[in-house]
Amino acid sequence: MDRADIVIVGAGHGGAQCAIALRQNGFAGSIMVVGREPEYPYERPPLSKDYFAREKAFERLLIRPPAFWAEKDVNFLLGTEVTAVDPAGKQLTLSGGRSLGYGKLIWATGGDPRRLTCEGADLAGVHAVRTRADCDALMAEIDAGKREIVVIGGGYIGLEAAAVLSKMGLKVTLLEALPRVLARVAGEELSAFYQQVHRDHGVDLRLDARVDCLEGADGQVTAVRLADGERIPAQAVIVGIGIIPAVEPLIRAGAKGANGVDVDAGCRTSLPDIYAIGDCAAFACDFAGGQVMRVESVQNANDMATCVAKAICGDERPYHAFPWFWSNQYDLKLQTAGINAGFDQTVMRGTPADGAFSIVYLRDGKVIALDCVNSVKDYVQGRKLVEGGIRPDISKLSDTEMALKELVEA
Amino acid sequence: MENTENKNDKQKMLRAEHVLRQEFTVPNLIVVNRAGDETTIDAREGVSVMEAIRDNGFDELLALCGGCCSCATCHVFVDEAWTGAVGAASGDEDDLLDSSDHRGDRSRLSCQIMMTAALDGLRVAIAPED
Repeated sequence: MDRADIVIVGAGHGGAQCAIALRQNGFAGSIMVVGREPEYPYERPPLSKDYFAREKAFERLLIRPPAFWAEKDVNFLLGTEVTAVDPAGKQLTLSGGRSLGYGKLIWATGGDPRRLTCEGADLAGVHAVRTRADCDALMAEIDAGKREIVVIGGGYIGLEAAAVLSKMGLKVTLLEALPRVLARVAGEELSAFYQQVHRDHGVDLRLDARVDCLEGADGQVTAVRLADGERIPAQAVIVGIGIIPAVEPLIRAGAKGANGVDVDAGCRTSLPDIYAIGDCAAFACDFAGGQVMRVESVQNANDMATCVAKAICGDERPYHAFPWFWSNQYDLKLQTAGINAGFDQTVMRGTPADGAFSIVYLRDGKVIALDCVNSVKDYVQGRKLVEGGIRPDISKLSDTEMALKELVEA
Repeated sequence: MENTENKNDKQKMLRAEHVLRQEFTVPNLIVVNRAGDETTIDAREGVSVMEAIRDNGFDELLALCGGCCSCATCHVFVDEAWTGAVGAASGDEDDLLDSSDHRGDRSRLSCQIMMTAALDGLRVAIAPED
């Protein structure tokens, strides 16, 4: 096939859901999904959780089995990258030099793991956790007997990986360059809680820890050297310091965007007939006071995908899906509702030391987000507070005897 | 000598057959989609009802969290005759189901129901989209 009515670039959560939703909504034209990895679309969150811990085989991560895609007449070009976009001629250049024409293009490429730029960053034994291949390579090294692991980056990926590795009995050191973990996404209370949890599980967690370089022998990493001169032995290093949106071909083609690619309320880029969804798409987020941002979550990828698919099938509505997120570490289930950007007040419900509590984020007295640890009830009921823009009585909000749903009605 | 070998072979085959049976018991699962159409599918033992539905051609179940009981996008209604065998939702699952506008007495998150031989013939309906 040299042309498809719809070409979806990226075979992750967003790309897969877009194809599913197009067919669900009656789209009868041809669909081609171009994916860089060799696998059919699979769930990425387990790569730092139960797949990493070998609790789930890869086949169980597939978003749909191959037979499903064949039945829905969704075609795939796997192991293939888009290297250039020609928006005037509606043509893509693919790795290997082939061309692929499109009627409408949906860019759902997500991001590439941000790499270290210091000396030693290219040594063997230095890993990202973004793809199945990343994860398998790391696990193979652990199977081969590596025991001292340094995790660079105290975001969700780094923390989840550290949790799995320390549960396996490995010696894990986690380095965070900022004064607290999760600094980009959570309030101080949640950071402090997870720092303590990881230390209690034997993780050597270092804050304000700046990496100077990676040291190696025979091309293999052997240690991480900190800016203060300390040398931390490492047989393997995991780098979890965020992603860089994979939008270069689009930007080169003239699409607007500084951090990712900009999209309007209908997920359209500034180029004709080109949409962008998921981690790589920057949009004015209703749940963050209209702030233009990228949201890196399965929920966002999925819901933007559905929004675009419906629009293409004639049911166009602005993107307005409620943001939610989860992270599993040890026996702790964190669920986040809303986006806490710009919060000016937090209220604690419960006691972190009990292992079950919620942090409510407010802006101008309005509830804008919640981080709920082992508190599913608060997560479910708190969402209604965010959706309703509720300004609750703070003394009631911190009272765990009072269910959050009572504050919705009040 | 020959007899012993035959006997061993037979034992081996029996063992293999036993293992096969254990690994490949395929309880039937009856799925009713949102349009009301009923389909009987093979569900491997040891996978969840959510996975069985997702892997058998249904496009209506989002199952966004992949089965870790962190969302409510794999909501099903268990057929009345089966609610006893399947059991009720508890704890986190029960709380998550409360987020659905369509929650009823027979609501379950399908990722939390493991298929076993005892559930052969189980009938579930995919809940409306929230």
